[in-house]
Amino acid sequence: MTAARANGVGGAAAIAGVGFTELTRSSGRTVADLAAEACRRAAEDAGVPVAAVDGIADFSWFGDSVPGQGVAAALGIPRLRYCLDLNLGGQAPCFAALNAAGAIASGMASHVLLFRALNGRSESRVGSRRLPVPTAQYHLPTGLTAYPQQIAMWARRLMIETGTTNEDLAAVAIRQREYAGENERALLREPLSLEGYFEEPLIVDPFRRPDCTIEVDGACAVLITSVEEARALRHPPAVILGGAWATGPQPGLDGSEVFGWEDMSRNFTSHLADDLWRSAGVGPSEMDFAQIYDCFTSTVLFGLEGLGLVGRGEAGPFVSSGESAIGGKLPVNTAGGLLSEGYLQGMNTLAEAALQIQGRALHQVPGTELGVVTSGAQADGSALVLGTDAR
Amino acid sequence: MTESPDFPPDMRDADSAEWWDAIDRRKLLIPHCDNCGRSFFPSASHCPHCNSDQVTLVPSQGKGTVYSWVVVHRALDPAFADEVPYTVLTVELAEGVRLIGRQTAGPEPQPGSPVTASFYEAGGRVLLGFEVEAG
Repeated sequence: MTAARANGVGGAAAIAGVGFTELTRSSGRTVADLAAEACRRAAEDAGVPVAAVDGIADFSWFGDSVPGQGVAAALGIPRLRYCLDLNLGGQAPCFAALNAAGAIASGMASHVLLFRALNGRSESRVGSRRLPVPTAQYHLPTGLTAYPQQIAMWARRLMIETGTTNEDLAAVAIRQREYAGENERALLREPLSLEGYFEEPLIVDPFRRPDCTIEVDGACAVLITSVEEARALRHPPAVILGGAWATGPQPGLDGSEVFGWEDMSRNFTSHLADDLWRSAGVGPSEMDFAQIYDCFTSTVLFGLEGLGLVGRGEAGPFVSSGESAIGGKLPVNTAGGLLSEGYLQGMNTLAEAALQIQGRALHQVPGTELGVVTSGAQADGSALVLGTDAR
Repeated sequence: MTESPDFPPDMRDADSAEWWDAIDRRKLLIPHCDNCGRSFFPSASHCPHCNSDQVTLVPSQGKGTVYSWVVVHRALDPAFADEVPYTVLTVELAEGVRLIGRQTAGPEPQPGSPVTASFYEAGGRVLLGFEVEAG
C-alpha cells in the first residue's frame, strides 16, 4: 500500500478562543440557546467580534443538536460563507477542527466557530437511547443496547490481550477525579479512592459507574482562525500543527462495529497514529500533555497505546503509577475529562488542549509547547497535534 | 426469557431478510462469497472483500469461540430490566466471521471458550444465542 501524502493543513490555523456554558443536569434551555451562548463566549474570549465570524462547524448525533445555520442566525452573523454540520458523535471534534482549518487555509472562511451543544442529560441521553444505527437490528435484541455495553466489549478484549486490570481502569477514573477537584465546571469533583471505586455498582462488567462519563446539558465552542490573525488576538494561538481522521479495514456499518473489526483491543488511534505524527512533523515522545477522549476509562488506555505515547500493554501501569498526573511523564485529561467534567462528546477535550497550549489551563502543565488531543472511542475517530506559535 | 411490550422491534431489511428468515426457522446462515471464497457478516448484496455479487447464504456449523463478552448488570433499556444480570458474547465462528448473541447456557465465559449456536425466544421471535462450554 502506498503511503498517503501528509495533509497540508498543519500550521495554517489556530484555536484562538474557547467558550463554555454552564454544564448541568437540566439546563431548562433550548439547545440553540446553549449553542449560541458558547459561541458568543468563544468569540469574546478570542477578542473577535461576532460579526467577523463567517464560518460555523458543528456536530450532532441523530438529531440531538441544532444546525449551524440556525446558530449563525441567532448570533446575527451577517455573512456566513462556510457551514459544516456533521452527523457524528465523539469522533467529530478534532475532525471538524481540521476541516475548519482547511477552510481557513483555502480561503473558504476566515473565522470559524466550532461548537457542540446538547441537552444530553435532560433530553437526549446517548447512554440509553436506541440509536438508529445500521447494526441496531443485530445488537438491540440481544440486550446490547447502548454505548457503555458496546465499549465494555472492547475493554474486555483489551484486558484479554494486554493484561489490563480492573485496577488500571479504576486508576484512570481516580486520576481524572483528582484533576476535576478544583474544576468548577466539572459535575463530579469529589475524590475517588480505589476502595470507593470498587464499592460503586457494576453497570456492565467490566465497567462500574466511575468508568462511565456523566451525561450533561451544555455547550462548548472554540474559535478557529488563521495563525496570522490569531497572533493579533487576546490569547496566544493554539496552532493546529497537524491532524487526521482514521479508521481501519472493515470499519463496519457504524461506529459500534464488532463484526468486521480485526482487533478490538486496538481502536482507531492505532490506525491514525502514523498520519497524525507525519502531518504534524513531530512524534509522540515530544508531547507535553495528552487529552484523550474518555467516554469510558478504557478509551484512555486505547488512545495512549494506539498513538504510541506508551508501549503496548503499558497504558494501565502508566496511569496507575501516577505518570499521567501533573508532574508525571505525560499529564492526561487535565481538566478531569468527560468522566468528571461531563459528556460534551469531546468538545471539552479539545477546548482543554487549546487552553493548555495557550498557557491558561486550570492545571497548567509548566512550559508546555506541544500536546495531542483525540476524538472518538471505537472504530473511527480523529486527533490533532496542537502547539505554541514558537514551535 | 421475559418478554416486554418494549422489546426492540424487528428491523430486518432487504439486505438482512434472508438471514433473519433463517433465524426464524432456527437455522444459522453465513454470507459467503463464491468469488473470493471468504465469509462475512452482516449479510449484504455484495461481498465487502471483493465487491462481487456472487453471494450466497450457507449453513453454519454454529461452532466457535468466545472473543469477548460483557455482563449487563444495569439495564440501560427498560425492555431488559427484568433480565439482569445477563451476558452478551462476541463470538468468532469457525467459518471466520464474528457474531454477537446472548449467552443461553454454560459457565462464566473465558477467552477462547468453545461455544455452540443456540436459539431462544424473546420479544415474540426467535433470536440467536450461544451455549458456552467449559474451555
